[in-house]
Amino acid sequence: MDLNLTPGEQRFRDEFRAWLSENVPGEWKGAGAGSEDRAEYIEYLRDWQRKLYDGGWAGISWPKEFGGRGARLMEQAIFQEELARANAPQLVGTIGLSLVGPTIISLGNPEQKARYLPKILSGEEIWCQGFSEPNAGSDLAALGTKAVREGDDFRVNGQKIWTSFAQLADWCLLLVRTDSEAPKHKGITCLLADMRAEGVSVRPLRQMSGDSGFNEVFFSNVRVPASRVLGEVDKGWTTAITALMNERANLGTGIQVVFKRQLEALVARSRTVERGGRPASEDPLVRQKLAQAYLELEILRLNTNRALTSLSKSGVPGAEGSIQKLYWSEMNQRTQQYAQEILGPYGQLKDFDRGVWEYGYLRTRGNTIEAGTSEIQRNIIAERVLGLPKSY
Amino acid sequence: MDFDLSKPQKLLKESARALLARECGPGRVRELMETETAHDDGLWQAMADQGWTGLVVPEEQGGLGLGLVEMAAVAEEMGRACLPGAFLSTLFAAALVERAGSAEQRDRYLEPIAAGELRATVALLEEGASWEPGGVRLAASRDGGDFTLAGRKLFVPDAGVAGLIVCVARDGDTLALLPVERGAEGLTVTPTPSMDATRKLYEVAFDGVRVAGREALGADGDPAGALAGALDAATAVLCAEMVGGMQWVLDASVEYAKTRQQFGRPIGSFQAVQHMCADMLLLTESARSAAYYAAWALTERDRAAGLAVSMAKAYCSDAYREVANRGVQVHGGIGFTWEHDLQLYYKRGKSSETLFGDATCHRERIARRVIDGGSAGGPKR
Repeated sequence: MDLNLTPGEQRFRDEFRAWLSENVPGEWKGAGAGSEDRAEYIEYLRDWQRKLYDGGWAGISWPKEFGGRGARLMEQAIFQEELARANAPQLVGTIGLSLVGPTIISLGNPEQKARYLPKILSGEEIWCQGFSEPNAGSDLAALGTKAVREGDDFRVNGQKIWTSFAQLADWCLLLVRTDSEAPKHKGITCLLADMRAEGVSVRPLRQMSGDSGFNEVFFSNVRVPASRVLGEVDKGWTTAITALMNERANLGTGIQVVFKRQLEALVARSRTVERGGRPASEDPLVRQKLAQAYLELEILRLNTNRALTSLSKSGVPGAEGSIQKLYWSEMNQRTQQYAQEILGPYGQLKDFDRGVWEYGYLRTRGNTIEAGTSEIQRNIIAERVLGLPKSY
Repeated sequence: MDFDLSKPQKLLKESARALLARECGPGRVRELMETETAHDDGLWQAMADQGWTGLVVPEEQGGLGLGLVEMAAVAEEMGRACLPGAFLSTLFAAALVERAGSAEQRDRYLEPIAAGELRATVALLEEGASWEPGGVRLAASRDGGDFTLAGRKLFVPDAGVAGLIVCVARDGDTLALLPVERGAEGLTVTPTPSMDATRKLYEVAFDGVRVAGREALGADGDPAGALAGALDAATAVLCAEMVGGMQWVLDASVEYAKTRQQFGRPIGSFQAVQHMCADMLLLTESARSAAYYAAWALTERDRAAGLAVSMAKAYCSDAYREVANRGVQVHGGIGFTWEHDLQLYYKRGKSSETLFGDATCHRERIARRVIDGGSAGGPKR
C-alpha cells in the first residue's frame, strides 16, 4: 500500500499541469446557467478542445494508433483532477471522448474508426447519446424508437429524451429497435446517426434550475445508411452496455476537485453569516455539518483511489462505477442541503456569489436521477457485487 | 499509487483470519463473554506466538517492528471474529509507553508485552466522560519527588486483566503518565458491567497510590503529545477492527437474504432488502478506505495523519452502528434474539462507537483543523 504517486505518475502530472498553466483560457464571463445554447460560448468551448487536441491531450485514454496516448487509468484520473484544479472549461466533446469514441474503438469497423474518431478528438464533430426515451428510462431495454430496413438504409421513427448536447450535436449514438418480435434485449441495434439529416428535430428541455442541458430529440422518417450500424444488427444491447461501462468507468475523478472548491467557499461563507450573535462557523451544529461534508468528500477521494487501484489490476470495469455514482450523488445533495441551512436566505439569491448556491441546490437534485438513478445503482450493487437474486 | 494491501500484508491478514476462525469462533466468544475478564490465556498465547502482541512493537524490544497498516490488516480480522479481551487496550498502552517512555521503561514494559506476558491498559476517562485532555482532573500530587494519586478513573477497558495500568493524571498545567502495576497499594479495580461483554469496562480507584517520580512516563518530554499520538494509533487500529465487524454483519446479512424464503422467493430478491444490503456495502467499503488511509498516514508520519484518524473514527462510528442496524433489520426477528451472533456485533459496534471518541467528538476535531485552521487543510498532492 502506497498512496503516493509513483515517479511516472508525478512526471505525467507535472507535464500536464505545466501545459495547463500555459494554455487554460480565462474564465467565461458571458453567462453561467443556461449558456449552453449561446453560440459564442460554444465557440469558446470548441476552441478549448481544439487546443487540448493540438497539445496532444485529447482522448488520452485512447490507444496511440487512434490518436490517444494510451494513458493508464491512474493517469486518466490525474488528468481529470488537473483539469478541475486548473479550473478548465468543460469539454464540449465529452460524450464523444469518453463514451462514443471508446465504444467505436472496441466495436467499430476500420472505415468507421477512420471516419469518426479523428473528428471526435479534435472537437470538430460533437456527439450526443440517444438512449433514454419517455417510456424507457431505468428500463432502457424497453426502448421503442423503430428502425426499419429499406434496401441499404434504415428508416428511423421515434423519440429520445434527456439527451445532453443534442442542441449542438453533429452525430448521435442512437439505440433503436430493429426486431419487435424478439425479447426486448435482443431486438436492439446501435446506429451512428447524423443529427443534421432530414427529419431530426431537437427541443430543449428546461430544468428546474432554469438551464437547458437536456433535450428531446424527434426522429421522423430519418434515413440512416446501413453502413452506420455500430456492431451487429439486433446486437445493440452489447453496444449499449459497452458504452455505459465506459461512462461509469470515469468514476467521477474530476468532480471531487470541483466539490472541494465548493466546500472551501462554503467554509469561508460560514464565517460571514451569523448564528446566535456569532459567526456561523462557531456554531457547534454548523461545525458538525461542515466537518461531515469534509470527511465525506475526503472519503470519496479515498474510495476513488481504491477503485482505481482495483480497476488497474483487474482491467475489468465492474460495479465500481455504481458505488462511486451512488456515493457522490447522495453526498453532493447532502452538502448542498448543508449549504442552504448555513446560508439561510442568501442560499436562495440568484445574485449572491453569482447564484452558485441557488443553482447548486437545484441542479444537484438531478444527480441521483441522471446516468442511472440511485435505485438502479443499488440494484446493480446488490446483484453484481453481493450476488443477490435479480429483482425484476 | 497503490491503495491495496501488498502480498505479504494479504498473507498476514489471511493467516489471522484462519487462526481466529480456529481459536476464537462464535462459541468461544460467547464463553469468554460470560467470564469476568473476557480474557483467555490460551488464546492470548496463540496470538503472541504469531507475533501479534509485538506486531508494532520495535524490534529492540522483541517486537516485529511492523507498521500500522499491517496491524490494521490483523485488527480487521479481530473485528470480524469479535475478539474479546485486552488486545486493543494493551496496544494503546504500549503505544503510549513507546512514545513517552525512557529506553529503560520501554524495555521494562514493551518486552513482556511483545512476548505476550503482560497485558496493559490506559486509565483516561473520569466522571465527565470526556476524551479531551482537558477532561483529565485526577490530580497527581507531588510529594517530594514522588506522585500520589487519589481519585478514580471510569470506563477503563480491560483493567481487570491488566498487569499495568497507565494512569493519565493532572500535574498542574501538564499531564502525568503514571504506570501503576497490578497489586499496587491503594489500587482497586471494580467491574462496571456494560452492553458489550467482549470489552469489559472497570472503575479504577486510586486511594493514595504512590508512584516514584522517576517512574513517570515522559516527564521531561511531551506527555500530552505522546498521549495524542498513542490515541491516534489505537484509534486507527480500532477503526480497522470496526471494518472487520461491519464486514461480518454484511456477509451474514447477504447470506441470510439469499437463503431466507418468503412469498416463495428469497427475501434478497426484494429491492427493499437489496437496497439495505447495498447501503451496508457502501458504508463498509467507505469505512475501509478511511481506516486504512488513517493507518497509512500515521505510518508515513503524514502531516494530516491526525485529521485522517478523526475522519476514519467519525465515519466508522456512524457506519458500524448503521450497518449493524440494517443487519438486524434484514434478519428480522431472529436478528433480535440472544441466540443469533448478530447481537455480539450490534453491541461491539456500539461500544466501539464511543471508545476513543464518537463521531461528534471527532467531527469537532475535524472542524478545528478545517474551519479554524484557515484553509480546508487536508492532504495536498
